[in-house]
Amino acid sequence: MAKLFAGVTTSHVPAIGAALDNGRTGEPYWQAVFGGYERSKKWLAEAKPDVVILVYNDHASAFSLEIIPTFALGCAEEFPPADEGWGPRPVPVVKGHPDLAWHIAQSVILDEFDLTIVNKMEVDHGLTVPLSLMCGQPKEWPFKVIPLCVNVIQYPPPTGHRCYMLGKAIRKAVDSFPGDLRVVIFGTGGMSHQLQGPRAGLINSEFDKRFLDNFAAHPEALVKISHLEYMREAGSEGIELVMWLVMRGALDDAVREVHRFYHVPASNTAVGHLILENKR
Amino acid sequence: MQETPHDYDDIPGTTVFDAQRSRQGYWLNMFCMSLMKAENRKAFKADEKAYLDKWPMTPEQRKAILERDWNGMLRLGGNIYYTSKLGATDGLSFQNLAALMTGSTQEQYAQMMLKGGRPIAANRSKSEWNRG
Repeated sequence: MAKLFAGVTTSHVPAIGAALDNGRTGEPYWQAVFGGYERSKKWLAEAKPDVVILVYNDHASAFSLEIIPTFALGCAEEFPPADEGWGPRPVPVVKGHPDLAWHIAQSVILDEFDLTIVNKMEVDHGLTVPLSLMCGQPKEWPFKVIPLCVNVIQYPPPTGHRCYMLGKAIRKAVDSFPGDLRVVIFGTGGMSHQLQGPRAGLINSEFDKRFLDNFAAHPEALVKISHLEYMREAGSEGIELVMWLVMRGALDDAVREVHRFYHVPASNTAVGHLILENKR
Repeated sequence: MQETPHDYDDIPGTTVFDAQRSRQGYWLNMFCMSLMKAENRKAFKADEKAYLDKWPMTPEQRKAILERDWNGMLRLGGNIYYTSKLGATDGLSFQNLAALMTGSTQEQYAQMMLKGGRPIAANRSKSEWNRG
């Protein structure tokens, strides 16, 4: 039986990827960011997952305004890095796990989550920056990845509650997979940030810290946060935090916080990062 | 297109990319999307006006693109994740664009972020902006 035993949340700021790819990680500005992930890299290397379910959003790379799926699950054998206007990131091709991905798709659809199945998809910084933060710069990613792409660009994104419940359905699916796999789930994006318009640069550390404080023990308080509250309090792009709730839903109710990191700024964004493990 | 009021209209300095904006900005955004391909970036840079002729945009949208009026593009239905592809074509990062949209110099904006970003106090509601 597959076992989902831990979850990771992290921001996925594109400038972090650029700093890595351009060899600027030694600069004090970036050391302050990467330093927060040193322990995480060790944790992940020891945890040795076979598969990571990676919840992220596409930033007009694989999907444009032509097709806007609310939840899209990557079921392909592999996912190449996207060219986001600067050329593709020089990172390994992401290898999928079609057996588990299709199993999850079938299970959650029968559980009434009508997600979109994707067999061809390029993946952008939303997916590859978390991998880089957690794995560094390996020749191959050390595990298979199942991308779960969530629309947070076209208003309205799915609610936090819906994301949380989808996480629970994914957990049920993983629990019923016959293969012997160790599975970790990543919820990415956030924390507070606004990239657009005259209010760009907004950061709300109080909001972020409250979110981090409640995430492990009181997710039921977080699933009630409305879209209006996210956009007003955490910035128009802070609404990405709904994706963290997919991760939280997939874990047990009782979890232990293994690692926490919070830092302002990385480019325009407050970087937040948690590692949670199921208690039992 | 019908415009209906929304609870989020009160957030200052923010354009929510909702149904109306998405419909209004479809071609503007799809033009930006085309810049994902290196050969299109090259063609656009070689002759911007001729390249824009391929996209059925309004004269205002076209003008905003040619003048790199970043906030204007958002008002006319542009979405930041699309307009940032035009920014990337010009060699601008998200932070470069943010500085331009807030009317700051790169240095001022970078300093503001280093000091913890734009504070939430007095930035929640349009009523707070209109006072000053």
